[in-house]
Amino acid sequence: MSPSGSVASSRSAPKLRVNGIDRSIPLDRERSLLYVLREELGLTGTKYGCGEGECGACKVLVDGVAVRSCKTPIGEAIGRSVTTIEGLAQGGALHPVQQAFVDAGAFQCGYCTPGMIIAAVSLLRQSPRPSEVEIRASLDGNLCRCGGYLRVIEAIQRASRPSSESGGRTP
Amino acid sequence: MRTSDGALPFDLLSATERPYFDRLGNGLVVVLPAYQPGPEGWGRGGPPHGGAWIHLGEDGKARAFVGKVEVGQGTRTALSLLIAEELRLPLSSVELTMGDTDVCPWDMGTFGSRSMPDAGEHLRTTGAAARSILLGIASTKLEIAPGDLECSDGHVWAKGTKGSSSVGYGDLVKGLRRVEMVPPSARPTPPSEWTQAGRPTPNLGAREVVTGARQYTSDLHPSGLMHGKVLFAPAYGARLRSVDLSRAEAMPGVVVLHEGDLVALAAPDLATAHAALKAVRADWEPPNQLFERDIVEYLRRNPAEGEDFWDVIHHVAGDIDAALTAAPVSLHETYTTAYIAHVPMETHAVLASWEGERLTVWMGSQTPFRARDAISDALAIPPMNVHIVVPPTGSGFGGKHAADLGIVAARLAKASGRPVRIRYTREEEFTQAYLRPMAVIDIWSGAARDGTLGAWRFHVLNAGSAAARLPYKVANQKIDSQPADSPLSQGSYRALAATANNFARESHLDELAARVGADPVEYRLRHLADDRLAAVLRAVAERSGWVTHPPGSVAHGFGRGRGCGIAVGLEKGGRVATFAEVTVHEDRRLEVVRIVTGFECGAVVHPTNLRSQVEGGTIMALGGALFEAIHFENGRVLNPRLSEYRVPRFRDAPPIEVILLDRRDLPSQGGGEAPLIAVAPAIANAIYDATGRRLRSLPLAPDGTVA
Repeated sequence: MSPSGSVASSRSAPKLRVNGIDRSIPLDRERSLLYVLREELGLTGTKYGCGEGECGACKVLVDGVAVRSCKTPIGEAIGRSVTTIEGLAQGGALHPVQQAFVDAGAFQCGYCTPGMIIAAVSLLRQSPRPSEVEIRASLDGNLCRCGGYLRVIEAIQRASRPSSESGGRTP
Repeated sequence: MRTSDGALPFDLLSATERPYFDRLGNGLVVVLPAYQPGPEGWGRGGPPHGGAWIHLGEDGKARAFVGKVEVGQGTRTALSLLIAEELRLPLSSVELTMGDTDVCPWDMGTFGSRSMPDAGEHLRTTGAAARSILLGIASTKLEIAPGDLECSDGHVWAKGTKGSSSVGYGDLVKGLRRVEMVPPSARPTPPSEWTQAGRPTPNLGAREVVTGARQYTSDLHPSGLMHGKVLFAPAYGARLRSVDLSRAEAMPGVVVLHEGDLVALAAPDLATAHAALKAVRADWEPPNQLFERDIVEYLRRNPAEGEDFWDVIHHVAGDIDAALTAAPVSLHETYTTAYIAHVPMETHAVLASWEGERLTVWMGSQTPFRARDAISDALAIPPMNVHIVVPPTGSGFGGKHAADLGIVAARLAKASGRPVRIRYTREEEFTQAYLRPMAVIDIWSGAARDGTLGAWRFHVLNAGSAAARLPYKVANQKIDSQPADSPLSQGSYRALAATANNFARESHLDELAARVGADPVEYRLRHLADDRLAAVLRAVAERSGWVTHPPGSVAHGFGRGRGCGIAVGLEKGGRVATFAEVTVHEDRRLEVVRIVTGFECGAVVHPTNLRSQVEGGTIMALGGALFEAIHFENGRVLNPRLSEYRVPRFRDAPPIEVILLDRRDLPSQGGGEAPLIAVAPAIANAIYDATGRRLRSLPLAPDGTVA
């Protein structure tokens, strides 16, 4: 059981489990998960980019799988576990994918980066050593207008290597 | 001059009157003023923009201030490296404030690849002056001649005694409240002696980016925040006939503003704001009809007076008419580019908040000082009562120069008595932000039988003059640019005119090379007037494995669906050459197989970021080259969605090999624009090489195929 284990114990205010914490959310089940995260819960690391599921800036993990939160009604997320970009680092230590994005310099303006990292975490859960073709196919729904795609591919490849390999960076 | 709360814009005070130490504590301030003439120093009437200033504090840190902004292009790290370099400080002891109109020097705006040549040089000069002043203070304190002292790692040391007699910068400035102007004699460290700048370095702020902690304007959420919406015309140029606001006004908490054609509202939450806007009933008078297919003729028929960013050119050398008439080989062709959108990932966002008479606007702006002036004009308040802050911004690409959204947010904030944020929806971004202009370019050329160019007449309509001048030796030239009256809202764009002009010129040069049976690399080298550009071209030809052949010569194995193209460009002080290899498959589908780009922009300050700029710029340029186009009718944008307007994705990114030529003997130039400008012609030339088809309009393959 989860530490706060009181999912749906209150009838009046539905709860959403975000980054391991149950949060009270409004009643409107059609409202998008993106809207609730940003506007109701103040989790602004998840970005609005297009509102039609084309850009991937709004991706979050729902039960470990990347979804476009702008196209996900909040009703579909209730009772499941949502992880946003703010929930990836543990106790001050970056998630290996986050660290790889830092090491590869895989961002320019950084606005698409949370969605990219979430998509990459989801991919690596399903396929720990993806080929470049797999990476490209899996992240094709994530846009980077700065054109940082090749750095992102490099970051994901770094993150997918065993730590002994990625530890030996050339200076 | 002082405002009621004591805050005031530094740039509206003289350099010695500013309350530096009230803000930042004791220390030493060194100021490079704007426009201070220096007979032998920085010369030519002083820095073209507003200079820089650096505060050295008792904590040993350097806090530097420039008017340029960071919108994702990576200049914050590059500029910080230059400060660290000059002051011999670790990068972690440097804090750089950019574009904050209360404390930063005035600046025209962040465009035209000026951050490195302007702000970079200003910070180097200011840092060098600060270092020599520190040496002077240390000399008195340590009783050692300045010439026997050196700065290193935030300390002043007696030369050759590292480890013993030293004093930290913080101790040197303790108790000081001293302001010094940069003397014209200040000399920055030559790039050949750099130890921090010029080396691979991670971009600053990476941790905030990857954890989602970085707050963009659209993330700012002060208490009491209202969300603003604007009623936009359904088509460019449409006029508001009548509007019924009663249903919106009846919604709880909604504040409505109606002045002339401006209708805007604010609501306590975003959902209510959207609903209130939907509840507004408006009747619009549509603009005159214009169909997309008529656009070229429309622009030709509607010349206009120049605007500021057009930078009109009229250049004549020799006798162009006689040379064109006499040339045994002559060619006249027309080239066009499409209206395209910037599509910043973060749509335009502003937050306005009043404190008494004083207004603060947070906005992702490339021109904060001009925004301050525009907002103060529109609201009829003194500029000193307007403060613009530029938070981290989700890219600009030349698209974030306008202040109109800030004006509306300020009015709504005034009317509601609460802070108001406005963020464009993606559809509003497509329909309300200005576009990159469509260009129409005519070239008439004349050459000798061996291909030697003797006549070049170049006329660019509706794009501007950048990169219109020839990098080639041609005796008789006439080059001019002509603005036009656009039927769509248009404005600045990353490498705007240079992309169009370079596409036309470098395509045309390939056409001439094909006509006379010359190899495109040899043909360019034969005419190039710029040794630096020739060096870049040679480097790219070599690295790409260029096989010498005239364009489209089947005998060499080309012309059967596979082809290579090359193009060069000289823009904003940067030299670029791009090689592209393409395959045109049997179903006419175009595949860009690989790209090799060489770039030289003087001394490289931040190679990690420059490489990202070249790669990213190449991919952005691929979009405009291959498939991006705004479609329109009656002033209405027909494809205002990411599902309808295609921008490059992972699948569109070919392998890109980047060659950076680091010229430590030359001043650093910007790298944000020039790397884009040879991509489209290189691909067009490769398509010709592969198929024998010459495409003269961008985008080249709107549906993914070559027609």
